[in-house]
This record gives sequence, C-alpha cells and structure tokens, in this order.
Amino acid sequence: MTRPEPTPSGTAFPGGWRRALEEGASRYSYAFLDESAKREIRRRILKAIALPGCQVPFGSREMPIARGWGTGGLQLTLALIGPEDVLKVIDQGCDDSVNAVNIKKFVGRVAGVRMTTDTRAATLIQTRHRIPEEKLDSGQVLIFQVPIPEPLRLVEPSERETRRMHAEADYSRMWLYLYEDIVRYGEITVGARYPVMVNGRYLMDPSPIPRWDLPRLHRAENLFLFCAGREKRIYAVPPHTDVEPLSFEDFASRVERFPGRSCSRCGAGDSFLDEVIDDARGLRSWVCSDTAFCEKRRTRNAPPAEAPGGSR
Amino acid sequence: MTPLLAVRGLTKRFGAGCGECLDRTGALRETNRCPRCGAILACREVSFDLYPGEVLGIVGESGSGKSTVVRLLHFDLEPTAGEYRLAVADAAAGGGGRNLFALSPFQRRRIRNEHMGIVYQNPRLGLRLKVSAGGNIAERLLMAGWRHVGRIRERASELLRQTEVPLARMDEPPRNFSGGMQQRVQIAKALSTRPAVLLLDEVTTGLDVSVQAKVLDLLRSLQRELGIATLVVSHDLGVIRLLTSRTIVMRHGEIIEQGLSDQILEDPQHPYTQLLVNSVL
Repeated sequence: MTRPEPTPSGTAFPGGWRRALEEGASRYSYAFLDESAKREIRRRILKAIALPGCQVPFGSREMPIARGWGTGGLQLTLALIGPEDVLKVIDQGCDDSVNAVNIKKFVGRVAGVRMTTDTRAATLIQTRHRIPEEKLDSGQVLIFQVPIPEPLRLVEPSERETRRMHAEADYSRMWLYLYEDIVRYGEITVGARYPVMVNGRYLMDPSPIPRWDLPRLHRAENLFLFCAGREKRIYAVPPHTDVEPLSFEDFASRVERFPGRSCSRCGAGDSFLDEVIDDARGLRSWVCSDTAFCEKRRTRNAPPAEAPGGSR
Repeated sequence: MTPLLAVRGLTKRFGAGCGECLDRTGALRETNRCPRCGAILACREVSFDLYPGEVLGIVGESGSGKSTVVRLLHFDLEPTAGEYRLAVADAAAGGGGRNLFALSPFQRRRIRNEHMGIVYQNPRLGLRLKVSAGGNIAERLLMAGWRHVGRIRERASELLRQTEVPLARMDEPPRNFSGGMQQRVQIAKALSTRPAVLLLDEVTTGLDVSVQAKVLDLLRSLQRELGIATLVVSHDLGVIRLLTSRTIVMRHGEIIEQGLSDQILEDPQHPYTQLLVNSVL
C-alpha cells in the first residue's frame, strides 16, 4: 500500500474540504447506492410484495449513518427514488427532528429531489414509528425504518426456530404470550410493535408504531415497505391487503384513547397526541404527534370536525 | 377390529450406518451398537398395533429403545425407516392409510396437535415451567385455533379439576409446583384437545411412592372415563400391571416378547422377560 503524498500546503484537500466533499459526492452513482445494490434491493422488494408480511433477507449496505439510525429505510428510499420524486421524512410523526432532517439533507444531496412536509404532496415518505394522520393514496409509498423485524423474537430467541415457526405458520407461542398477558394484567399490555397477521398467513412486526396506526395498514390504498438495515430484512404490505392485529374474541386489541384531550396547538381531538410537560410550571399539555398535520390544520384554522384523519 | 394406530418396521439409527448394522445388532447379538461402524440402533424393525380404547405397555430396561419409540410416534425424532398410520388422522386428512412419516412437518404438527397427547418423564420437556399452568393448557388449545379467553379458561379449569390440581393455582407457573403436581398439569395439557392417542413416557419415574400411587389412580380413572387409546412406556412392572392390558417387551431395540400383560407377568417365555419379572423387588 502506498500512502497519499502530503501536499505542500500540509492539507490533503487542495481547494478546501467542502469542495472535495462535493466532488466526492458527484463520484457516487445517482442516489448514493451503486446500481447493482439498487437492483438487488428492488428484486427483494418485489419478492416481499409477492409474499405479504414475509421477511426477505437482503445484503444491507454500509451507509454513511450508523446501523440502527434508519439505514434500512434509507436504503429502500435510495433504491426507489428518482429525480421526479418528492420526499418526506418523519421521525415519530415529526418532520423537524434531527434524524429526519439529516436523512433529508443526505438524500437531497445524493439524489437532488424535492422535499416536502406535506403528506399529500409526497410520493415517497420515509418514517420512523408513525403513519401520517392523513390518508395516503395509491401513488404513494410509505417506507418504515424497522429496529427488530422479527415479531416472534419476544417469545423465541433462536432465529432458526423463528424461521421454522414462520414456515409452519406456528404462532401459538405468540398467542400464548398474549393469553398470559391477559391473565396477569387483565388486558393485552403490548403497546407499540403490536403483532399483526398479514393476509392470514404471516405474523408481522409493524415496527414500533402505536396501536393507533394499525387500522391504517388494513386494506390501504398505498404500498407499505419495511426495512431493517441492521437485521438485513425487507418486508411489505401491498395495497388492499388484510392486516389484522392479533386479538381474542373476548379481548379485542384496542387503539390508544385520549379521553377529553385535544391538541393544544390545532385543537384536533382525533389525532394521536403526545404529552408535553412544561418545565417551568410543570403543566401538561397535549399536541399532535404528526407535526405536518397539526401545522396544516393551524394554517387552515379549521374546526376539528373537518378532520381528514377519520374519526376513531 | 381395525387398529387405531399401526407401526411397521420402525427403525431409528443414530450414526452413519454401514449396511451391516441390522445384522450385527439386536437382542440375539446382545447389543444395539454396531461393532463395525459404531452406529446405535435405538430401535429396529419395531411393529405393533394399538386398538381403540386399549392400553398397551412397553417394558424394558433403560437403553432398550422404549422412549425412542414414543418420541418417534410423537414426531420428536425423525425415523430412519418405518411406517406409521393413524386411523383418525387418515379420516381427517381425507385419504386412507397414508404413512404419517411421509407427511410434511406442517401436516405432522397438525396431526400431533389434534390427535396425540404426550406426558414425558421430565415435566421440563412437556411444560413451559415459567408460563402459568392454565397457560400451558391454553397453548395446546390456541394451537388448535381456540380464540376465546373465557372458553379457554373454562376448559383449562375443567381439566385441572379432573387432574386434581387446585384451581387456585391455575395462574401460577408450574416451576412453583411439586413433581407430582407438575406431572398432573402435564396430563391435563395432554388431554386438553381430547386426543385419540395418549403417550405416557415413564410418567411415574422420579416421583415418590405415594405420589406415584396418586398419579396412577388418576390415570386409571381417566382411562375409565375417557377410554383413550394409551401407550404406556415404563421399566416399572408394577405400572404395567396396574394400567395395561397388553404388553410388549423390548431389549436392545427389538421386540422380544408380546402378549396379554397378565400372561407376560405370570408366565414369561423369553429368558430376559423371566429375568425382568423375577428381579422385581
């Protein structure tokens, strides 16, 4: 190996590091991933769509962000994005969180696409732990960042064993877990990551979205793609597919409720709310978790009755 | 009468095998280990029938292959060779006389769950010790597609009452229970889906004598009430005498004698059986 010759000025970047970075970015393929990587990911996506809810392994690439920070979702986004696309990135419903902003900046630099915070205007939406309140339509794709793709990990540590369980549709252990929960606590205590049955065949981890969002997966108009970069798995819920949360006849799974609460900023009483504690006075208030939805309502100044999110 | 369960030529070999294993092992050769290649023939060419409502015993010393037979029948192990037919399973599958060993793991698991119950010597194998007793029973019901918590609990408490486990301890994990009580929870679990065949693998071994008597009493009364065809594996001739009507004697993986239990215990023909009967304390 030969080391690069030190330049006379003492820096490896003649013309400044910022310019070197720009030139470096231009040396990558469009949207950062090389074409063969994109092709592989697209093939895996097609397989995942053909087998709704089934986890398809893929060769997760090294990304310029750390594994566990959305590399799965990012790889799907980069494999699917084209110059015409409009991208929205949210992190727990929020457009402005550090993680979402950094991913947006990165994709903007390597793919040169338009960004939006408007759910309706986006063609691709990358999300962490939420589904937007506004209903998506058939032209849109929602891409989830997934930390743990295996819903059976809760009851079975061995990957070999969980694969056998999926192959044989042997989900009694998961049901037993829910039964034990009911016996011990009188209700199912699983909050986020509630296991769902997709198309009556595969048990799927919907990523840590609140139960509130589960009904949106059922027979939706749009495509849902899930990807775990660290665990190297892609799975999908195609449009118009049955997605049913596991529930007993006498203990149905329930969505979160916010009795008597409404968003303190836009007044919405029919959206998923986050609790905010005012440090100075210790007062609690509630705000919409979906910031773009909240903002839209505020600017339109519409009364809550006209909500597009649907009543619940 | 057609047998409920028929086994033909059941063989299980641990090890690669050399082609001469069958000739070099067995009761006559006094070993189940092939001297040429070192493979173990845990059971070799075992054939028998089990009729509806019958209680069949398998007796033999440890290492004779009794437990291997039961595990093969419960699909815990893959056989090397052999055929296995279950009359009820055939009816459910829609076609007659299929060899269950040729089915896919998925079909086998369904048949096992619908038609078979097993009680192991060690409750650790048959129960999830950290899951509540009721949950253990619920697991089988959930596998069979029960989706109503109230009805599952009703059935579980009915079974626990039948097997004399105090209902107050239904939601406690079996690791808190005594050995005899764990065994009774196992029996309740095995009976939960009303199986056609019950496999009992050394159920009383390791329990003290009074608890043994209780468990045997329970099994006898359940047998009288439910009339499930049962396979009882034991090295204890007392258990065989008490529970079974017909007995198979195994040695070195082979059946060496079979007949009515009374006959075998009173008038054993094979020298090994004679030794076995005479060495009862």
